[in-house]
Amino acid sequence: MTLDVSGDSAALSFTEKLAQIPWSFVFLVTIVACVGFAMLYSAANGQIDPWASRQMLRFGVGLALMLFIGMIDIRVWMKMTYPLYGLVLVLLVGVDLFGSVGKGAQRWIDLGFVQLQPSEIMKVTLVMALARYFHGASLEDTGRIPYLIVPLLIVGAPVALVLAQPNLGTSLMLIMASGAMFFLSGVRWWKFALVIGAILIAIPLSWQFLLHDYQRDRVETFLDPDSDPLGTGYHITQSKIAFGSGGLTGKGFLQGTQSHLNFLPEKQTDFIFTMLAEEFGLVGSISFLVLYCLLLLFGFVIAGRCRHQYGRLLALGLTVNLFLYLFINVAMIMGLIPVVGVPLPLISYGGTATLAVMVGFGLLMSVHVHRDVRMSRRGLGDL
Amino acid sequence: MSAFDRDAERQRMLSRRTLVLGGLQGAAVATLMGRLYYLQIVESDRYTVLAEDNRISLRLVAPPRGLITDRFGVPLAVNEQNFSTIIVSERAGDVQQILDEVGKLIPLTEADERRIQRDIQRSRSFAPITIKENLTWDQVAAIEVNLPDLPGVSIDVGQVRSYPFGEALSHVLGYVGAAAEKDVEGSSDPLLTLPGFKVGKGGIEKQYDQALRGAAGNRQLEVNAVGRVIRELSRDPGQSGREVALTIDAKLQHYMHQRLSAEESAAAIVMDVNTGGIHALCSSPSFDPNQFAMGIGYEAYQALLKDERTPLINKVIAGQYPPGSTFKMLTALAALESGIVNADHRVFCSGHIELGSHRFHCWSRNGHGTLDMVGALMNSCDVYFYDIAGRIGMDRIADMARRFGLGGKVGLELPGERPGLIPDPKWKRQALKQPWHQGETLIASMGQGYVLTTPLQLAVMTARLASGRAVQPHLLKSIEGQFAETTEWPAIDVKPENLATVLKGMNAVTNVPGGTGYRARISVPGMEMAGKSGSAQVRRISMAERSSGVIKNENRPWRERDHALFVAFAPVQAPKYACAVIVEHGGGGGAVAAPIARDILLECQMLEAARATVAQQPPPATDTTPPAPNPAGETP
Repeated sequence: MTLDVSGDSAALSFTEKLAQIPWSFVFLVTIVACVGFAMLYSAANGQIDPWASRQMLRFGVGLALMLFIGMIDIRVWMKMTYPLYGLVLVLLVGVDLFGSVGKGAQRWIDLGFVQLQPSEIMKVTLVMALARYFHGASLEDTGRIPYLIVPLLIVGAPVALVLAQPNLGTSLMLIMASGAMFFLSGVRWWKFALVIGAILIAIPLSWQFLLHDYQRDRVETFLDPDSDPLGTGYHITQSKIAFGSGGLTGKGFLQGTQSHLNFLPEKQTDFIFTMLAEEFGLVGSISFLVLYCLLLLFGFVIAGRCRHQYGRLLALGLTVNLFLYLFINVAMIMGLIPVVGVPLPLISYGGTATLAVMVGFGLLMSVHVHRDVRMSRRGLGDL
Repeated sequence: MSAFDRDAERQRMLSRRTLVLGGLQGAAVATLMGRLYYLQIVESDRYTVLAEDNRISLRLVAPPRGLITDRFGVPLAVNEQNFSTIIVSERAGDVQQILDEVGKLIPLTEADERRIQRDIQRSRSFAPITIKENLTWDQVAAIEVNLPDLPGVSIDVGQVRSYPFGEALSHVLGYVGAAAEKDVEGSSDPLLTLPGFKVGKGGIEKQYDQALRGAAGNRQLEVNAVGRVIRELSRDPGQSGREVALTIDAKLQHYMHQRLSAEESAAAIVMDVNTGGIHALCSSPSFDPNQFAMGIGYEAYQALLKDERTPLINKVIAGQYPPGSTFKMLTALAALESGIVNADHRVFCSGHIELGSHRFHCWSRNGHGTLDMVGALMNSCDVYFYDIAGRIGMDRIADMARRFGLGGKVGLELPGERPGLIPDPKWKRQALKQPWHQGETLIASMGQGYVLTTPLQLAVMTARLASGRAVQPHLLKSIEGQFAETTEWPAIDVKPENLATVLKGMNAVTNVPGGTGYRARISVPGMEMAGKSGSAQVRRISMAERSSGVIKNENRPWRERDHALFVAFAPVQAPKYACAVIVEHGGGGGAVAAPIARDILLECQMLEAARATVAQQPPPATDTTPPAPNPAGETP
């Protein structure tokens, strides 16, 4: 099948779109998710309940959602970007005002059937909003500082709301993903240098005024793990023991002692990769990282083949997001960076994160399927 | 620049920066992998150990304490099942309600309830808490029947030391109790760290504690992060305590205890003349070691402690008494060995003897007339011994006393033995900074004055007289079948004819009419005993008293009465058993202690004869097959 060089994929039929879906990617996502199911099965001591079964259900819904999103014209998504962003922003405000309190932080809205974590969804919509904004920006535009005020506000509003929850991990992810978007859009190097300099100055100030006690504790514990061996440091110590005792080939599926004897905290959520590393050793954990990196590689490839800036920025932004999930989570549980609550998508038990990542994958597919559509700088092209 | 060119330029910028971003990500992932390699390969051994430490909890297992048996294998100290009821609060639901229910079945004091509630507060919800220990069978049954209505409650079986002979053997066996700080100090035995672990306190339990204790076993338990046991990985039961067989004859011991219980306060010991093995050793009144093993109450303990008849003290080894006339054999032997006096030496006893300005009285106010040495021993004539002591001097007497086991610890395997005292001029100079007076020699010659002995020492003395060998007493027959007894004792360096003279005197005491112990003689042929009585003054008789007539023992308060002593051996023809008896404040040795010695020695020989008879008889036939011949000499 050859594509219409004029690039108007609106002409693509349903079956043509279906054929454009990168099925190998879908397969890869399913494989990674299955690793997750296996780990959740192990986390429940060889029981499909309560985690693996529900995660499968969510993944099923997420898979359908991903394909559905992927089939919808990228221009539709571009058109809906700002309204979606606005909606999620409102939800974030709602969380701060009415959200359920969990572990000292307001993070989700209880909708009855699902506990919605708007901060996870914001990770996708913020990338969409910035992609849309920078899609309309030329290099000259991005060179001018006034032009950057709007995107900075687009980033600043959700970051402030998420910090207020408080959720340091997610706010850092939002900032870093946004930074990548600015960088990709061609914002000058020296501006980044300036911002990084400003951050270095801001750190001691925010330490004093912005951070919560528990966040300070975490950082302090990270810098000196022995200061609190039974508190926050305990988790990281036990996690490292789990990694180390896994050795080269691991203790075997369902045989992890650290996880099954509850030495490992939150083994079904943030620390699930620790469990994988304990049970499958270095061989298993490296294999898994490689598998996960293939997902990232797909993101780069899709961005590279896209013929419009919105798609390219969106694909790269979503890929950066996925990378940040992986890096922050794994570096955290290995004791490389302080403990911040970031799950490992597709593996960690968690509804919204799974769905948010699947939505992101859906958008990636839409970018891929509609990589050749024509889009005007300011508007939406001919739809 | 066209829109297309601008977009192309923007795309090139994006591509370059994508490469940078991808490079950064690649570097980050490489860092993660490097960290994985470091944790999982480089540091793997260290973390593997830590993970196992996390996972495995080693719990000590207390081995069963070794049995203590008598010389025939009769158990003297055993381990009994001890039932207690425990509760696991997480399974109980409403703990107070369950305790109320349990309280209807077994008595629970308010103090019990307070302790239980406190323990529950302090422990994890899955940890068993003891409700009540030492349940009777009826109580166990009552709880067992009601278990379905008592969630979280169960019966636990432990072991408790039990002493079937109770008071009869408490001074030999001692008892067990919780390890005190001084027991734990300097010991590396991990068992001592076990809560509730009991160690030997006093007696054989203490002396052979190491052998009886055994070695700790352990259980490897897999535990989770909060310490809950998931499963048992392995179990090493440890080394159970070794069986300690004593030279004690439980039947004789039982008899002796019964016999002594008739007196207010008394002690007796029977030992084998040839081996030194102690067949019975009894101090009365006594205490119940079972009470101690279970944990004795404060009031009961105070009562024992304050009793002036000292039930907690083993008088056989720790009671130091003037031996009185039982000492006279040694004075006699010392005199004979000195060569200064021979057996035919005669002394006229008028009832007293003068030395300087002092007058030394004989117990017989009217005197014994003229006596030779055998006669002097038979009548226990004080004047005779004053005379010969005055001739040979204290050093010879003291030397002889020490050769026969007096004046120092003899080394029986029981804690708390005391040395007694054999005075001599050198000792007095050093200890009291005073010169020795000859009068003191006279007093010492009849076992008074500074002379102090324990009943154990008197038994050793008697055994050495009877055998002519330096027999050492001991209680251990074997440990786990390894025999410790011997008959290879060195001969004591005294002339046999001198020894024979002394033994002849002892024989006369009990077997010649008029002897001080004649009324307590054994008249069973072949079982006759030879002995010597003694009555030890515990207070000085003043001149005023003497002139107004000495108050008779039974008219004085108990504390002021003489100690009655008797030492003896039997059978006379082939000595086998030596015995020493003391009745504290009992009065005359011949009248009070001698009958006890007689009864004990007779019982001892009767038991032996009965055993020999049983051993020689074929076992009773229960069917038509002819009885198998029984090997001679085997005890059933």
